[in-house]
Amino acid sequence: MRGTPMEVPDGTGRRLLPRSLGLLSLGLGAAAIGAPSQVGRLIGVDDSMIARTTVLPGIGARELLSAVGLLVGRHPSGWVWTRVAGDAMDLAALANAMRDRQGRRRQRLGATLAVVAGITAVDVLAGVLSTRAAGARRRAVRASATVTINRSADEVYRFWRDFENLPRFMYHLESVRSDGDGRSHWTVKGPAGRRVEWDAEVVEDHLSEMISWRSVRGARVPNAGRVRFARAAGGRGTEVRVELAYAPPGGAVGRAVAKLFGEEPEQQIRDDLRRFKQVMETGEVVRSDGSPAGTSTRQQVLQTPARPRAARLPR
Amino acid sequence: MKANCWQGRESLAVEEVPDPKIMNSRDAVVRVTSSAICGSDLHLFHGYIPSMKKGDVLGHEFMGEVVEIGPDVHNLRIGDRVVVPFPIACGNCAACQSGLYSVCENSNPNAGVAERLFGHAPGGIYGYSHMLGGYAGGQAEYARVPFADIGPIKVEDDLPDEKVLLLSDVFPTGYMGAEMCGIKGGEVIAVWGAGAVGLLAMRSAYLLGAERVIAIDRFPYRLRMAREQAGAEPLNYEEVDVIETLREMTGGRGPDACIDAVGMEGHHSSAVLHGYDRAKQSVRLETDRPHALREAIMSCRNGGTVSIIGAYGGFVDKFPIGSLMNRSLTVRTGQCHVQRYTRMLLDRIRRGEIDPSFVITHRLRLEDAPIGYEMFRQKQDDCTKVVLKL
Ligand SMILES: NC(=O)c1ccc[n+]([C@@H]2O[C@H](COP(=O)([O-])OP(=O)(O)OC[C@H]3O[C@@H](n4cnc5c(N)ncnc54)[C@H](O)[C@@H]3O)[C@@H](O)[C@H]2O)c1
Ligand SMILES: [Zn+2]
Ligand SMILES: [Zn+2]
Repeated sequence: MRGTPMEVPDGTGRRLLPRSLGLLSLGLGAAAIGAPSQVGRLIGVDDSMIARTTVLPGIGARELLSAVGLLVGRHPSGWVWTRVAGDAMDLAALANAMRDRQGRRRQRLGATLAVVAGITAVDVLAGVLSTRAAGARRRAVRASATVTINRSADEVYRFWRDFENLPRFMYHLESVRSDGDGRSHWTVKGPAGRRVEWDAEVVEDHLSEMISWRSVRGARVPNAGRVRFARAAGGRGTEVRVELAYAPPGGAVGRAVAKLFGEEPEQQIRDDLRRFKQVMETGEVVRSDGSPAGTSTRQQVLQTPARPRAARLPR
Repeated sequence: MKANCWQGRESLAVEEVPDPKIMNSRDAVVRVTSSAICGSDLHLFHGYIPSMKKGDVLGHEFMGEVVEIGPDVHNLRIGDRVVVPFPIACGNCAACQSGLYSVCENSNPNAGVAERLFGHAPGGIYGYSHMLGGYAGGQAEYARVPFADIGPIKVEDDLPDEKVLLLSDVFPTGYMGAEMCGIKGGEVIAVWGAGAVGLLAMRSAYLLGAERVIAIDRFPYRLRMAREQAGAEPLNYEEVDVIETLREMTGGRGPDACIDAVGMEGHHSSAVLHGYDRAKQSVRLETDRPHALREAIMSCRNGGTVSIIGAYGGFVDKFPIGSLMNRSLTVRTGQCHVQRYTRMLLDRIRRGEIDPSFVITHRLRLEDAPIGYEMFRQKQDDCTKVVLKL
């Protein structure tokens, strides 16, 4: 039943910026190597032989290297920081060149300095962003669990495929609204009425076999899920395997979010699946006096005594 | 309503608690008319079953009258008289559908806890710890009955409570204990423990075709009951060496099958050995005292069957696995799958083949439940089975 590991989607278009910077590096690098004289004139160092024959082609080579890293590398955040280092070198060199030049050349160098400083700012921003994204991916929480349900794969699949059914047994979900076209809107309810919401899209959907989904760009807590349905040996119903992954943001917000999604995600999915089985097989979540809201291993320590309660039932 | 509540080790109190309500659509609420105290309740009372909470309502062997039904219960009506099986079972899961009701896969909301101790979780049981569901029990004026559409058995005729009450637990349990022996006719069956469960296992062994039944206990009044009411050959383990005597009684072979109807609080005639297990159990190095089980294994004939219906909770020491393995023994066990037997056994009662009420020795009011527990555990006043009448 195991397949390729599931990707946690990026929350924002964080890979877009490194890509653009990669293209910029590519352009700059190509120009510096292919036409060092023109570039030298443009920035005001055409009077220096060393600049034209050594410094500019060197810078060009460095830019090309960054471009390759940014465009095809697996860890663009590292390459963004090499660009920042390059920017620092360039700024120092330009400042140095300005000191012994006058007139139009000095003006051109000044303009170049301003442009490079601007690019440096963008590079630093990109570096910060993609380092954060890489951190979130590293922190990504993954959990999976499996259960056998005494129903056909077809029935189990159909119930799951209607995402609006999920909150019936996934207790951290407040609601899921289907928006058609494989799109849906998910709401998680937290302590003190705090909510986290996101839109999700179906990624793969194979009738009675598997469904996978992921949050779309812009989700505060990027997440993805996959469920597979397989016939159990000996006609014993359907083996259901669920994998969930999410990338909580760092810091205090991240810790709060992690709480919403459960402190023991593995245990939580197992409980979800127990309730899913109860709903599929018996029609509803089974309650007892000690666990009036139904299965929740996390609630064990909070069990009320096994005696009838005066209060109304929790959800 | 009034209910008998667990207050901690060896402490009970009949308290006022809220009335039960319908919590699931397949529930019923029953006004309890008779509720028994079972040997398993003693294990809870003595604190040997983990995950009890102060205030838990006890009791899993009860019957009564239906006073409320959930919207999805179609086979019962208000006013029906029902006996309620002690395992809570959904009827829909693979276990229920193969008749293994006590390991129902859906009836234990606290399965996650039981899994940690047992690997996989059994089903829920009324008034039997949080690990087994956290359900209020039936030693109370009213009880909520989940999956009322498949569990309770209707008693339509005028059979008195006492004749049918034990269909809830000890009668099917004793019967299953005998059934697991694989009796084909002509067997010699030895039963450790002449409590209600053991006595009914003895009677059931004969019903299934056993030729001889041997009863092992130490209380003369219970051994007398075994002889007079269940036709068993009594054997007092405080007076004889059990393994030797059984060998002697069976031409050197050993009984064809041995039933352990004692469970985790077994007693040993050797004060030293009893002290060893008791000390370990009290500091929880060992959760159970398996004296009867060890003896049952050692006594059984080569290739025979050991049927364990006495209740165990955790881990034991000095388990004679070598004897079990080298002599091709079979072990069969389980919490009783009561729902599998109720109809058939009710018919046997109706036909007059057996009247399980012979084990009942004491009738008390619900308010006196704590007195009943005390008498039952001390085996005072020739007490074998206490029924609380409401
Ligand atoms: N499997 C099930 O579904 C199920 C159902 C009901 C009860 N039980 C269990 O069955 C057991 C018996 O229940 P009960 O109501 O008859 O209890 P009980 O306390 O009335 O009977 C137990 C008997 O075992 C005897 N005994 C103790 N040590 C012995 C030994 N070493 N050898 C022989 N006899 C010994 C005691 O003297 C006593 O008479 C308990 O463990 C109970 O939990 C199991
Ligand atoms: Zn019992
Ligand atoms: Zn079931």
